[in-house]
Amino acid sequence: MSAETAFQRPSPLLQVRGLTHRYGPHIGCRDVAFDLYPGEVLGIVGESGSGKTTLLKCVSGQMEPSEGSVEYQTRDAGLIDLFRMSEARRRLLMRTDWGIVYQNPRDGLRMRVSAGANVGERLMAIGDRHYGHIRSEAVDWLERVEMDIGRIDDMPHTFSGGMQQRLQIARNLVTKPRLVFMDEPTSGLDVSVQARLLDLIRGLVRTLGIACVIVTHDLGVVRLLSHRLMVMKGGNVVESGLTDQVLDDPQHPYTQLLVSSILPV
Amino acid sequence: MYVAVKGGEKAIANSQKLLAEERRGNHKVPELSLDQIREQMSLAVDRVMTEGSLYDPELAALAIKQARGDLQEAIFLLRAYRTTLPRFGDGEPIDTAEMAVRRRISATYKDLPGGQVLGPSFDYTHRLLDFALAAGDNRPAAEIAEAPVEGGMPRVTEILNYEGLIETEQPGNDSEPVFDLTRNSPRYPAERAARLQNLARGDEGFILALGYSTQRGYGNNHPFAGEIRMGEVAVEFSPEELGFPIEIGEITVTECQMINQFKGSASQPPQFTQGYGLTFGHCERKAMSMALVDRALRAREFDEPIDAPAQDEEFVLAHSDNVEASGFVQHLKLPHYVDFQAELVTVRALRKAFEESVSDNVSDAAE
Amino acid sequence: MADVIDHPSRTAATDARTTSGYNFAYLDEQTKRMIRRAILKGVAVPGYQVPFGSREMPLPYGWGTGGIQVTAAVIGPDDTLKVIDQGADDTTNAVNIRSFFAKTAGVATTDRTVEATVIQTRHRIPETPLSENQILVYQVPIPEPLRWLEPRETETRKMHALEEYGAMHVSLYEDIAKYGRITKSYNYPVRVNGRYVMSPSPIPKFDNPKMDRMAALQLFGAGREKRIYAVPPYTKVKSLDFEDHPFTIESWEQSCSLCGAGDSYLDEVVTDDKGGKMYVCSDSDFCEQRRAAGHVGDGGDSAYATRDKIPSGDEQ
Repeated sequence: MSAETAFQRPSPLLQVRGLTHRYGPHIGCRDVAFDLYPGEVLGIVGESGSGKTTLLKCVSGQMEPSEGSVEYQTRDAGLIDLFRMSEARRRLLMRTDWGIVYQNPRDGLRMRVSAGANVGERLMAIGDRHYGHIRSEAVDWLERVEMDIGRIDDMPHTFSGGMQQRLQIARNLVTKPRLVFMDEPTSGLDVSVQARLLDLIRGLVRTLGIACVIVTHDLGVVRLLSHRLMVMKGGNVVESGLTDQVLDDPQHPYTQLLVSSILPV
Repeated sequence: MYVAVKGGEKAIANSQKLLAEERRGNHKVPELSLDQIREQMSLAVDRVMTEGSLYDPELAALAIKQARGDLQEAIFLLRAYRTTLPRFGDGEPIDTAEMAVRRRISATYKDLPGGQVLGPSFDYTHRLLDFALAAGDNRPAAEIAEAPVEGGMPRVTEILNYEGLIETEQPGNDSEPVFDLTRNSPRYPAERAARLQNLARGDEGFILALGYSTQRGYGNNHPFAGEIRMGEVAVEFSPEELGFPIEIGEITVTECQMINQFKGSASQPPQFTQGYGLTFGHCERKAMSMALVDRALRAREFDEPIDAPAQDEEFVLAHSDNVEASGFVQHLKLPHYVDFQAELVTVRALRKAFEESVSDNVSDAAE
Repeated sequence: MADVIDHPSRTAATDARTTSGYNFAYLDEQTKRMIRRAILKGVAVPGYQVPFGSREMPLPYGWGTGGIQVTAAVIGPDDTLKVIDQGADDTTNAVNIRSFFAKTAGVATTDRTVEATVIQTRHRIPETPLSENQILVYQVPIPEPLRWLEPRETETRKMHALEEYGAMHVSLYEDIAKYGRITKSYNYPVRVNGRYVMSPSPIPKFDNPKMDRMAALQLFGAGREKRIYAVPPYTKVKSLDFEDHPFTIESWEQSCSLCGAGDSYLDEVVTDDKGGKMYVCSDSDFCEQRRAAGHVGDGGDSAYATRDKIPSGDEQ
């Protein structure tokens, strides 16, 4: 490696430029741009209708934006626009290099198969044909997300909401992805359950060096997890920067309002 | 003893003899003629023609007779016959605006050019069993009007279209051959022509239930019965050697245009949209149901959320055909003993493993 | 079958017609060509489901309309046809389909596996190994092996195109987790030529190994679902499994009561309502040939041993 490249900034894992999405005459999100680096956690906050979920769907390849590009650093061919690559490649990425943790576990889990099969599915999808190995990986990941391995053969609907989220996380992480998208991963859970789940996510993200995009309306979540923050309102990014900086010294009136409104928590 | 199913040819022949006998019923009762079925069971004939997708009242009557009045069986008979018929080409699209109208009603206007024509309808009959009819039908024929209903009635959609209040109908591309559901396998997403063919052939009960479900909120599209008309239209065909269309006959059809609310999208202003239904003969319930389901299936076109069964194209189109459905449901009568045997072997093995584990546990506990 | 009514097509293609008044093997030549094109495509891409313009046949959907159309498209006047259902030539459905072709194609029919050039089957593969000059036509009710995991055609088509077969193994994983073994006993999915996952039709998994590198051409017709697929001769067909839970087939403690065969697929015949039963070969021709060669079983219930005296249903 030459001296020049050694001192270059690492290249971004995800590069978003000029991203706009419209729903008919309505704007979902407008002209959003950001870079996400390996191991970095980006929080996107805003009230409902601010466009944060639209943005997440576009950058995670679930929905094609009306305009703009979403480029991902592939392992073999550098930055490639998600929506220019073949569907085969995009789907392969989504089940190997990426993870998506949905707000509603029902969207992210196969509710009709056991916890173990939920965790093992990605391994089988990439060609693992050894039951014993798949099983031991499933046990290992259930332990890592602090679930009772005695329940490996139970159906997801028999688990509590917090446990379902843990299962979703295990199911995503089993292929050791480089990038995970999370949509309100803790909403709808009891406060104590939320706190323990956040702790778990923080630990996993740090030890595994996973890059993460987290969408939430809860500033407490981003303060705990994210390195950088984007604040959205009415489809626009109104402020962005380091998390502490944005939360401790908000510049935009809307951000100021948001920050002041969460003080009681 | 399983000989019943191993019976072979003789059993089949005997079964068919019995079937023929049942069909004829008591020989002291006069036999039904095809004329009688065609004239007096005309709505049954119409349904068989519509879902059998063959306009031939004589053959439909025969099918009904042969099927002992089982209309789905009759539809099957007509379909199996139709499939062997050679194709000379596609007819010209029929022009229902030029229909010789026998019935024409609109629920959206009190009066309109051409007027409301009630025609023959069950609608305002009291559903009281007519015991006089049991004794014999001796009613005099209805009086004949002094003049025929005026021709060339504009359709309600044309009236709305004049003001630009309803979506413009998109005519098909004449240079492209018409998609033929009976010669090609369906592809999803299906084009509207394929959907309409499927719905027209679809089981009346199934389409009725789906249409009904949209009214009860499962994919509601706020319908108004813009117009229902029934009567005779000319069928035209352009033989290649002539190069211009000639009239080859006349058929009775029922047409329904539902007018539905639409709030507009990015590219389209708020306007009315339509659902379309068309049947052979007088199948009004079917035509109306079809129009409701057609509109529900257009959800994708209008960026509407798709969350109800009637909007789910693959679900609706794959299950509407009663010949397919009836065949597959009833194939369960065929022997399945090889597969059943395979299941028996598996269940016995699983039970054996279960019993062994239970007895292991018992002996563990005893130790 | 009832007499048919004249229609215009009956004036054409006189040379191809049989005495029944229909074109040879019922279907018109155009339709047969369309089906043959689909078959050729299927042979070129083993295991791939080729959509075709399935016709409405005079037999109900689900009763073999796909197999009948495929047979009609490949059969010629010199062929000898065998039709089996559940392995036997004398089951009602087999009799019915055989008489359909005897009537519409006038071809020779047989019960003997070795004499047949075309064998149409429902739910079994004959025990006698097939040869290169034979074609095995399967009747298929649901051609899509992924249907139970994903009911949508648009989605399953994509899964095949992108070889996304992980979910298929999820169901096998669940079996092992729950029962310690794969419990799927028939219609057991296979992977053809290392590429497409395919439904073998509802044959017992006992028959799956016979598909692998079979000398005969295997054709599959699904009439209602409008799909044709094929496995060319000597093509690799692998039943899905795990390395540490390999595919296995059923076995019986008993052997055939009539011919004593210990390696054939057995039907369980209930002889009374008190658990009395006997086992006989499902493949009636195989059983008969063995008995003709002098093999004898333990007899079982004498009442059932009269089965071969029942009219076989072959009209020759």
